[in-house]
This record gives sequence, C-alpha cells and structure tokens, in this order.
Amino acid sequence: MEAVVRRLGVWALVLLAAISAIALTPDSGFAIHMGIVALVAVILIIATLGTYDPLAKAQSIFRMPPGPSRYDDDVVRWGVIATMFWGIAGLLAGVFIAAQLAFPWLNLEPWFNFGRLRPLHTSAVIFAFGGNALLATSFYVVQRTCRATLALPGTARFVFWGYQLFIVLAATGYLLGISQGKEYAEPEWYVDLWLTVVWLAYLAVFVGTILKRNEPHIYVANWFFLAFIITVAMLHVVNNLALPVSLMGAKSYSAFAGVQDALTQWWYGHNAVGFFLTAGFLAMMYYFVPKQAGRPVYSYRLSIIHFWSLIFLYIWAGPHHLHYTALPDWAQTLGMVFSVMLWMPSWGGMINGLMTLNGAWDKVRTDPIIRMMVLALAFYGMSTFEGPMLSIKAVNSLSHYTDWTIGHVHSGALGWNGMITFACVYYLVPRLWQQPRLYSLRMINWHFWLATLGIVFYAASMWVAGITQGLMWREYGSDGYLVNSFVDTVAALHPMYILRAVGGLMYLSGAIIMVYNIWMTILGHQRDEAPMGDTAHDEANDRPIVAEPAE
Amino acid sequence: MVNKRIDQPTGTETVGHEWDGIEELNTPLPRWWLWTFYATIAWALVYVVLYPAWPLIDKATAGTLGWSSRGDLAREMSAAEAARQGVFKQIAATDIEALGNNPELMAQAIAGGAAAFKVNCVQCHGAGAAGSAGYPNLNDDDWIWGGTLSEIEYTITHGIRWEGADATRANYMPAFAGVIEGAQVDAVTGHVLSLSGKAKPNPAGAQLFADNCAACHGASGEGMVAMGAPALNDAIWLFGGTAADVKKQILAPRHGVMPAWNERLDPVTIKMLAAYVHSRGGGQQAAPVALEAATTGDVAQTPKAETDG
Repeated sequence: MEAVVRRLGVWALVLLAAISAIALTPDSGFAIHMGIVALVAVILIIATLGTYDPLAKAQSIFRMPPGPSRYDDDVVRWGVIATMFWGIAGLLAGVFIAAQLAFPWLNLEPWFNFGRLRPLHTSAVIFAFGGNALLATSFYVVQRTCRATLALPGTARFVFWGYQLFIVLAATGYLLGISQGKEYAEPEWYVDLWLTVVWLAYLAVFVGTILKRNEPHIYVANWFFLAFIITVAMLHVVNNLALPVSLMGAKSYSAFAGVQDALTQWWYGHNAVGFFLTAGFLAMMYYFVPKQAGRPVYSYRLSIIHFWSLIFLYIWAGPHHLHYTALPDWAQTLGMVFSVMLWMPSWGGMINGLMTLNGAWDKVRTDPIIRMMVLALAFYGMSTFEGPMLSIKAVNSLSHYTDWTIGHVHSGALGWNGMITFACVYYLVPRLWQQPRLYSLRMINWHFWLATLGIVFYAASMWVAGITQGLMWREYGSDGYLVNSFVDTVAALHPMYILRAVGGLMYLSGAIIMVYNIWMTILGHQRDEAPMGDTAHDEANDRPIVAEPAE
Repeated sequence: MVNKRIDQPTGTETVGHEWDGIEELNTPLPRWWLWTFYATIAWALVYVVLYPAWPLIDKATAGTLGWSSRGDLAREMSAAEAARQGVFKQIAATDIEALGNNPELMAQAIAGGAAAFKVNCVQCHGAGAAGSAGYPNLNDDDWIWGGTLSEIEYTITHGIRWEGADATRANYMPAFAGVIEGAQVDAVTGHVLSLSGKAKPNPAGAQLFADNCAACHGASGEGMVAMGAPALNDAIWLFGGTAADVKKQILAPRHGVMPAWNERLDPVTIKMLAAYVHSRGGGQQAAPVALEAATTGDVAQTPKAETDG
C-alpha cells in the first residue's frame, strides 16, 4: 500500500512539473511536449490506482514476471508489437517522403514538409523499429543464453515504456519543428536527458542479467549486445552535450562548434551505424540464425577475432563522412584507412552467419525464415563492402552528397536490418504466444519476394541516380565550363525517384502482409495451406508407358 | 561443462560449450579472410606514411608525397584559370558592342556566360532562361530595360531596384487603387488587354489609358525602354495576362528586384553573361547613338528620384 502511495506521489509531482512547464514556457512546441509528459503521468496515476485491485493488476499491462521458473517475456512481447507498429509507421513515412521528392506538391506545410518528415522517417525506422527489435530480442536472448530471468524486472518495464515515451517525444518534436539539427540526433536536450536515463536503466537490466547467469561463459550474442548498449550510451551523451537557452524552452546550443561539432556529429553518426545497426543486429543474428538452422555456429575463433577487430576499428572511421571538407587532411586519412581495414572484420559476421548453414543449406529452399536470414546476411556483406569502398577518397569525390549514399544506406537498412528483424520476429511470435506455428508460411514467402524486389528497385534506382548526379555535377565541357546547372541534375533524377518510391511501396506491402500474418498467429489462427518446398511426386505414376500387346 | 564432440555434417570439432542448444565449431579462421585483413592493414600502414595522417602537438605529419587537399584544389583551380586566361584578357579589352566583330571570341563569351548563368541566374530565370511569373523570360525579344549588349550588361551590373546600389535601374508604377474605381478599372483593364487583341476596344478605357498610362507605357502601349516601362501590346506578361492579373497589377503593382551583380561577379563574367543572355534569341543591335552612350557608361538609365512615387 505504501509503495503505491509513494509511486502516486512521484507521478503527481511529474504531472505538476509538466503543467507548470506548460504554463511558463513561451515555446508552443515545448508546451505540447510537456503536455505529452503530463498525459503519460495521468495514465500512470490511473494505472497505479488500478493496482489496488488485484484482478485489475493481473490483467494490467504492467504485470510483473510469472515467477523464477519461467522466462520473463512480457517486455519481449510488447517489444515485438512495438517493433511492428513503428516499423509500419516508419516505412509509411519513408514511402511518403520518397513520393515528396518525386512530386514536390506533396509537401504539406508546415507539419508534413520533407524537412520535418525526413527525421521522422529515419528515427522511426532506426530507433523506433530497430530499437524496439533490439530491446525485445536482447531481453529474449540474454535470458535464454544465461539460463536466468531478467534482473530488475521492474526496471525492464520502465525501459520499455520509457523508450516509447522517448519515441513519441522525438517524433512529435520533428513535426512541431523542434530539432537540434544533428542528423540521427535531432531530439532536443530534455528528450536527450530522458533517453540517457532510460538507456542507463537498460544497461543495468542487461548487465544485471549477465551477472546472475547460470552458464559459465557469456555467449557471443551478448558480447555484441553489450558493446551496442555501452557504446550507444557513450555516443549519445557526448554528441548531445548542449546548453539549453532556458529551462522553459526546447532550444539548446551544442557544446561544440564548427568543424569540431561536425566531427563529433559524424563520430556519433557513423558509430550509430556501427554499434546500433551493425553490432546490435549481429547479436540478433548470432542467436537466431543457429537456432532457426539448428546448426552450431561456424567458428568460435572467427567470432572472437571479428568482434574485437570490429569494435576497435569502427570507432575511428567516422571522419570518412567529412571527406573534402574543412576537416584537416590527417583526420580524413585516418577515417579512410580505418574504414578500409573494417572490411574484413565486418565480413567476419557474414561468414559466421552464412557458414553456420553448413549441413543445412537445403533449408534455404524449404524454410522461408532461413531464406530471409540468408538474404539479410548477403545484403549485410554487400553493404559492408560498399561502405569501405565509398570511404576511399577518390570514390567519395564522386559519390559524396549524391543519392548513391541513400542507396547504400537502404541496401543496409532494408536488406540487412529489416530482413533480419523480420526473420527474428517470425521466429519469436509463435514461441512468445505459445502457438504451434505461424498463421502462414506462404505469406512469409510473399513478404520475402516483395521485400527483395522492393530493395532491388530501391538500391538499383539510387545507384543510377547517384552516379548520374555525381557525373553531372562534375561535368566540364571542352571550353572549360560547367555543363549542367543544379536543377538540370534534379530534373534528370525524376524517373529514378519514382522508381525508388515504387520500391519502397513494395517493401511496405511486404511488411503489411507480415503484420496480418503475425496478428492472426497471435489470435491463434492457422491458415489451411499446402506445405511449401515439396513438389508433388506420385510414385505409382513414375514409370514408362508399356504398350499392352493387342489380343 | 566442456563437452567437445565432432559435428557430423562438417567433421569439425565443437568448442564444447552450449547455450540454449547453440554450440560453436572450432573452425580455424578462413585463410583468405585473414590474408585479406592483413593486406588492408598493410595498405593502411603504407598510406599513412605517404599521406598526412599522424596528429602531433601543433600539426600533423605531412606525408612523404607532400599531398594536401588544399594544394590539390589550388593546383586544379590555377590550371583551369590559366587555360581561360587568354580569353579573359581579350574579353576584358574588347568593348562589349564590338564583341560580335570577333565571332570566335563571342562564342567563348557565350560559353562562359552560359556556365555563369547556371550558377547565378537559373534560380529566378530558370534553367532554360524562360523565367516564370514575376521573373522575366530572357528568350523573347521583349526587353523592359533594353535588349542591346550594353543595356543588358548595365542591368546585370547594377541590378534592378537593388537597395544600396546607386546606379541601379529603378522605377515604380503608382498604385491606382483609390485613383480609379469600379467600372473604370474594368474599362482600363479591357483596354490594356485589347492592345494585344485579347479584348474588345472600349472608348472609356482608351480615354482612361490616355490620361493615366500613356505617359510611360506609350499611346499604343508600346512601352518605354528608357523608363523601364513594359510594353503592353505584345501579349508578353511579367505578372500574368488574365483580366484578374492585369487588374491586380493596376491597383497594386508588384515590383521585381534583381541584385547588382558587380557586388559578386567580376566585369568579365558579367560581360560574358550579357553575351549569353543576348544570344538567347531576342538580342537587339545597338543603334549608333546607343553605342556612343555605352562608351560613356550612361545607358538608358532613369535615376531613381525621377520616377519614385
């Protein structure tokens, strides 16, 4: 009883603080954000009041773990649903902004113009879709590979809901025009502080679970998860060091200025790719690929060497985002050589994933989830080759600022991060909701081909667009003058932009099929369908025609 | 806990640990992987000796090749500049109206102007110089401030209604809201449109036009280049040619602004831009008198004070 009262007091204080902030601030965007915080406080007060009733408590979404004899999977279930929800939102935003680039009249001022929707798209797919996938799978994997329930179950629930609040504050902030203008780190100071609290709680739950493990060794997936959580904490805190103009307003100024700010930003930006989208998702791969294939991991030694070389080399490669800028030459050189050395450490993960299928390659034909994992690893390998190549200055002088970069990012994000996440969710859903199988395997097949075709459209159109753009920008006539004006290059890209939007639409369609599929699975339905992979074979008919002798 | 065994399908020994059913094979590092990794490291070591790389206390190592990105840019820029130097000098020394006497030099000037146009002018006048509402089309032969080479050069140099530029071209048509009303506005609008055959002539409008407009726009709406008063009889419209557009312009005229480019571009580039704009199709030949005026630098200029208000 006392705990409930204390908690009520805390939420009431939060509510009061939020309301006074609304009253005092001259900044309307900040006021709306504080309104969201107040709304959450109200919901929590109602939820806390609900815990007086033991029946309501049992049904409440804030319920606590089932007990020491079962894994604590509530947060994982919520995380899977949140992954799909934000995934659809992020992909939808992506298709819309792709259409805006092809048809500028789709810019709906002021809330839905490209400038505000673009960070909404990137944050939704990276941090909301990818972040929830990482949260859910890390809590699932760490429990099973440690043979222990989550440490600090209450904190784990706080991490999930706190992270959703961060997403809502970030996303609404973009639409309201609140941004500190740092790519992939757009949320302002108070949202950054909130994420720091949530993230440190995440670290505590994860490390606590590893500390109470019942296995003698820490599994490789957990090394990668731990590297991801620790490094993202460091990147987030340093890059967002800023001084608010007022405690009653959203605006702040970065602690860094000029080229130092740019370098800090791209140290952050590049390692968000390295530790969020690479290390974190490799952790998912290291658990779910061997599980789905039913095969041992290909090489323990390779996993050690590529883990340490990857995390050591990645952190230095950021300056390649600033080739041919005011950044001093020496820093550009180091960014480039570290990126090139990163090639093989990145590929170590691909080799270990693909070669784990040794002895089970037939499953690529029969198991659509394995097929998705193989495609994800193939795109991972392709984009981690493309990355070091684009970091070479001579290549970068053509590709920098063009759509080639967009194509590169999306072959990694759609191909690697998206596909491996879809495969893991397909693996998890029947297990988390105690269903014998998924609603439909054939729908996974549809999802697979729609997504694959979508990526091909997307990546191919952006390669063509990027190289066209780069060549047109640098084209000089024989008289020594530039041949194209900027707007000429924009006009030349129009058909490619339409193809890109079509590719994105196909990818989104696949994801919608997936939502239907897992929705039906969770509801307990199973589609009556012919099994996949086996062509009909009639033994009795498998013989030559022998002419019957005439009577 | 260690439980090593040989994995049947691959014939490789496991490490002997197991997590939730996952085992690991003790496969050695693939040789091609290891040697490629070594090769990238060796390449990196060589590269950081050849190029600027190691930060020291007050500067970084310069690299044995002596390469720097600033040096690289400076070399490319000076090579490009040197290649154009001859033409630049020739254009600088040639009077703009005399450029046409040397077709080769004229072609060079037009090429240079086209390049400068792509960087500086397309934002308003369009990539094809066709303009848009409020921004004049430079491809036609309708010139508000004159279409000879020297007149165009003057317009580019000093801009139009450009604040702070003393020699800028400027005029301001008075707003007729409150001066004429209701049916009078419709009548004069009809007359303006009738000048290009888009409406029936009406005597009331003609009278109003003669009283209020003809002083600048000419009795038959032929315009007056010296004042920058646009021609109204050629069906070319800066702010739109519907009755509503014309009426709006009569009641509350909008006035476009163009920067004085001598604040940003050198005289040779401006000369080349003038040659390019002149070459778009509507360029006019200077009358002998205008040529004389060009040499004194006083071309078709209407001082601001005269037309203000």
